[in-house]
Amino acid sequence: MIPQRRIDRRPKASSLFDRAIVGRAILDSFKKLDPRWQIRNPVMFIVEIGSVVTTGFFIRDISSHTGHAGFDFAIAAWLWFTVLFANFAEAVAEGRGKAQADYLRRTKAETIAKKLDEAGTVTRVSSALLRAGDLVQVDAGELIPADGDVIKGAATVDESAITGESAPVIREAGGDRSAVTGGTRVLSDHITVRVSADPGESFLDRMIALVEGAQRQKTPNEIALTILLAGLTIIFLIAVATLAPFSLYAGTRQSLVVLIALLVCLIPTTIGGLLSAIGIAGMDRVMQRNVLAMSGRAVEAAGDVDTLLLDKTGTITLGNRQAVEILPAPGIDAQDATQIAYLSSLPDETPEGRSIVALAQRAGLSGDAALPEGATFVPFSAYTRMSGVDMNGPQIRKGAPDAILNWVREQGGSPSTDLSGEVERIARSGGTPLLLARNQMVVGVIHLKDILKPNMIARFDRLRAMGIRTVMITGDNPLTAAAIAKESGIDDFLAEATPETKMDLIKREQGSGRLVAMTGDGTNDAPALAQADVGVAMNSGTQAAKEAANMVDLDSDPTKLIEVVEIGKQLLMTRGSLTTFSIANDVAKYFAILPAMFATAYPVMNVLNIMRLTTPQSAILSAVIFNALIIIALIPLALRGVAYRPRGASAVLRENVLVYGVGGIIAPFIGIKLIDIILSLLHLT
Amino acid sequence: MTLIGWIQAVVLFLAVLVFVKPLGGFMARVFNGERNFLSPILRPVERAIYRLGGINEDEEMAWYTYLFAVLAFSFVGLAWLYLLLRTQQWLPLNPQRFAAMSPDLAWNTAVSFMTNTNWQFYSGESTVSYFSQMAGLAWHNFVSAAAGIALAIALIRGIARTTLKTLGNFWVDLTRACLYILLPISIVGCLILVMQGVPQNFHSYETAKSVQGFSQQITGGPMASQEVIKELGTNGGGFVNANSASPNENPTPFSDFFELWLILAIGAALTYTYGKMVKDTRQGWALFIAMSILFFGGLLVVYWAEAAGNPAIHQLGIAGANMEGKEVRFGLAASTLWANTTTATSCGAVNAMHDSFTALGGLIPLVNMQLGEIIFGGVGSGLYAKLMFVVLTVFIAGLMVGRTPEFLGKKIERREVTFAILSILITPLLVLVPTAVAVLIPSGLATLGNTGPHGFSEILYAFTSTNANNGSAFAGLGPNLFYNLTTGANMLFGRFAEVIPVLALAGALAGKKAAPESAGTFTTYSPIFVGLLIGTILIVGALTFLPADALGPIVEHLLNLKGSTFQ
Repeated sequence: MIPQRRIDRRPKASSLFDRAIVGRAILDSFKKLDPRWQIRNPVMFIVEIGSVVTTGFFIRDISSHTGHAGFDFAIAAWLWFTVLFANFAEAVAEGRGKAQADYLRRTKAETIAKKLDEAGTVTRVSSALLRAGDLVQVDAGELIPADGDVIKGAATVDESAITGESAPVIREAGGDRSAVTGGTRVLSDHITVRVSADPGESFLDRMIALVEGAQRQKTPNEIALTILLAGLTIIFLIAVATLAPFSLYAGTRQSLVVLIALLVCLIPTTIGGLLSAIGIAGMDRVMQRNVLAMSGRAVEAAGDVDTLLLDKTGTITLGNRQAVEILPAPGIDAQDATQIAYLSSLPDETPEGRSIVALAQRAGLSGDAALPEGATFVPFSAYTRMSGVDMNGPQIRKGAPDAILNWVREQGGSPSTDLSGEVERIARSGGTPLLLARNQMVVGVIHLKDILKPNMIARFDRLRAMGIRTVMITGDNPLTAAAIAKESGIDDFLAEATPETKMDLIKREQGSGRLVAMTGDGTNDAPALAQADVGVAMNSGTQAAKEAANMVDLDSDPTKLIEVVEIGKQLLMTRGSLTTFSIANDVAKYFAILPAMFATAYPVMNVLNIMRLTTPQSAILSAVIFNALIIIALIPLALRGVAYRPRGASAVLRENVLVYGVGGIIAPFIGIKLIDIILSLLHLT
Repeated sequence: MTLIGWIQAVVLFLAVLVFVKPLGGFMARVFNGERNFLSPILRPVERAIYRLGGINEDEEMAWYTYLFAVLAFSFVGLAWLYLLLRTQQWLPLNPQRFAAMSPDLAWNTAVSFMTNTNWQFYSGESTVSYFSQMAGLAWHNFVSAAAGIALAIALIRGIARTTLKTLGNFWVDLTRACLYILLPISIVGCLILVMQGVPQNFHSYETAKSVQGFSQQITGGPMASQEVIKELGTNGGGFVNANSASPNENPTPFSDFFELWLILAIGAALTYTYGKMVKDTRQGWALFIAMSILFFGGLLVVYWAEAAGNPAIHQLGIAGANMEGKEVRFGLAASTLWANTTTATSCGAVNAMHDSFTALGGLIPLVNMQLGEIIFGGVGSGLYAKLMFVVLTVFIAGLMVGRTPEFLGKKIERREVTFAILSILITPLLVLVPTAVAVLIPSGLATLGNTGPHGFSEILYAFTSTNANNGSAFAGLGPNLFYNLTTGANMLFGRFAEVIPVLALAGALAGKKAAPESAGTFTTYSPIFVGLLIGTILIVGALTFLPADALGPIVEHLLNLKGSTFQ
């Protein structure tokens, strides 16, 4: 018997500063003091070395009872805090992912799988022994033991363990909804699954590694920024180190503690301390939207996207087309046409068929509303491209205009062309015309219309403001595609799209230097998903699509791509803004520390003490404290990202320069002065 | 400050501005190898040079080949000049029978001219023969300037090209810069200067009797021809020690104005060449505007400080502006305009003594150079140094629009940031570290003319000027073995340590794809970008040099306010 286990729904979101997360983060902040960890971050590594050295001076001072033990202690303590605060920022950012990973690990418990051999005999084996290519059978109520594709049968599956969504989904053999994930539960029916992942490489394993950040590598932009910060650190190291001989020339000796304090204040600790937290939080924000990014690089690339390929169906329009009008052919009574349309669709369970029934009823259908006894339904096939009903005698059909005309001719009728104007008009307006025929006669045309998703026009406007070009991908003919493109406000379209033309489009866009993002779910989307710079696969899609993509949307919502792009932009913006803020901060720190350093050699330099800080010690300490506290103060900003509204680059730039550049110059003057006032009120200096 | 003083500055600026487009456009044509109005005469000469040198002008170089060509050319030239200065006693055109230069001074001088610095620890009129002046110093005045222009063109090509590996041919760029740009302007300029009274002869000293009855020796020599390229190529090495303060090098108010124009002309026009070559002249104008704002900002301070005079002297009851070390015939405005121009470019020619400026007045030339010679900068070197700051600004500010930073459509990634920050790192490294060494050791302090903060400024200025390849001297600091060797090394590294990352960046950019511009792109020609560029330059410069400057000119000014001076 397979052990039954209750499955929790994966918690989608938790508060930014959850008590459990904060508790764990505080502990981690101390663990991360390990120099082997710190060296990954050159700026904070320098601060840690500074903390060790100043602590050494403090110990020397208390043992020799000389010097300024109190001052050295205060500087050493605040330098340690600076490192700890930066560690805390990173630990909090990781915290939410770790909580998710803990949950997912519980989901990943070993189960007993029913493995099938070639002969179809079932052997019970541990799920840990399954290899890619194995076949397993899963019955209602059982956990799916491993990732794979359904090769036989169809079932409803509860995927809430992975997606957090409680509504069950259908997984069936063939088509684009064949992928199943290990750890999810079959609710009804039974399926045969071909395992696609070896143990340790499953979707769940990858997901755990991703949310936990275990495999987190620095993204290209993070590396570039780290180099810039390291370069600035070296510049300040030179400026501060040479200040020691310069002071000797001026007739004063600077204590190493003061020089270290100045160095730590000048090097970009604010961004250096928050850089990794910003990146982790960016990936986490994507995760909160229920999108699983396979790398931080993918999220970053999303911010750079120039061209967005959007599938028409499901993204721009609602999946189903709806009938909006039924037009009779000349000489046919409107009531008759409606009646025939109604009868043809009564047994038709497709959404289009049902919408025709509904429209006919709204039109006030009279007369016989039921199919006669013995009527048989002729379902739609890709070959005939029509469906209909054979009654005792009359046959009725509805379908693609050319298919219907052919059918009428085959029946021996000579179809009139009177309706061709209407057919053309419907197609031109973006609708789909369905001709309606009874025996040898065309009796009318049904207008099926694509229904745009709400708010799409506004969304495309936003994307355009951000400089992103949108391209609609559709299998429709160019006429219909153009009409829908016009109605939805999308920039461009690719009509009669095939996997090949889609691939060509991506390559063409990339060839002219653009970055392309797309969504996809089918196996034939896989090459395009792999080629695109940002490929988002639907979780409902095939394994091939999920493997090729660099993101998987667990909700299978194609419009999610737009949100991912916005998160990517916000991530880069946060980095840039905090870098600017960090560098701009330095101006005030010079005005605090320089006059303090030369208070004895050049008392006239007190003119530069424009903040009127009380004593030299208080000035230096206030700058160091401000430098540490600003990291803590900015953690929420680093984790949430800077305020983001989709606008053009120049508007965004103007605002961010004002807030983080100009604000970055002014803020520390106020902050350092306030700290100085508090320190002197408390008689601490 | 007077209205007339400001009018001089504005007229100079307008005279430069008028030529930005025609001269810049002409240079773009020359380096794109397009026909121009000089082609009928010069193209055959150009071809002949290539034939003689065995150069295939269609052969393009990758960045490291280009670098190797620049280095090989420069170091052969260095050896040639060193040899010339060490053997001039046996060579012709030496009417004054000057002896060979001492080895350390010859090294310092050779490096100085080869690197376009023209730092002068020697006095031209009493140590260098006419042959050495013409075949050695003037040669380098031309080719070091031409090499600077070639490097800037190589970087521009790197920016303009997409998915290519090459940056052009150094020999072709060098030849064209000399032949089409430097030589024609120099020939015309030389005649104008001769017209103004600058000597151009091979005579030995003339002896004259002054009104008071003293006997006076007047230097002659091929001065006008060297004067013009000294300014045009932002070299700055005077034929005589007094440089452009001497009435022979700079006899009239018009020659003063014309020489200032020559200093600025190419540096300013190259911004347009850049815009033209990247096919968006707005890009070039944005740089020109940023340069102009920094230029006038500096001028305002230095002019104000000199006009206000020294507060320490005011306290002795003597009112008025600071006229010490200035030529009365030029006056305050023209002297401060020159001081600002010569340091805003990497020229280094002077018409007044910067050492005698007030503390704040002396601070501006110092700061101009510390910013990295990017205001107009040296011919070519100013533009490429400026573009390194553009890359840095694009990277920091570009992130704020929510995209991987792009410069003209090309992503600024790891390699680009590395090279940009390396080129910017060099200035603090080569200015602050040698200064720190000099103030610690006896030989660094032995030849100091003053004590206290002013003495500190003299050392700081020397290393700032040599590193920036400016060559203007604060005076007060005498040559000795220590300074001859260290400033020589500093000039060498100041030039070539920057050239390497510049060309590497050019190579990296040339290989990239360029994304087309969209509403989401960070533009590098908007007013806000100009503001950001100036902000980045000032903040990086200030953060690096504020402590050092505070201990030199700034504290000196504060002490002057209290009445203290330094002997």
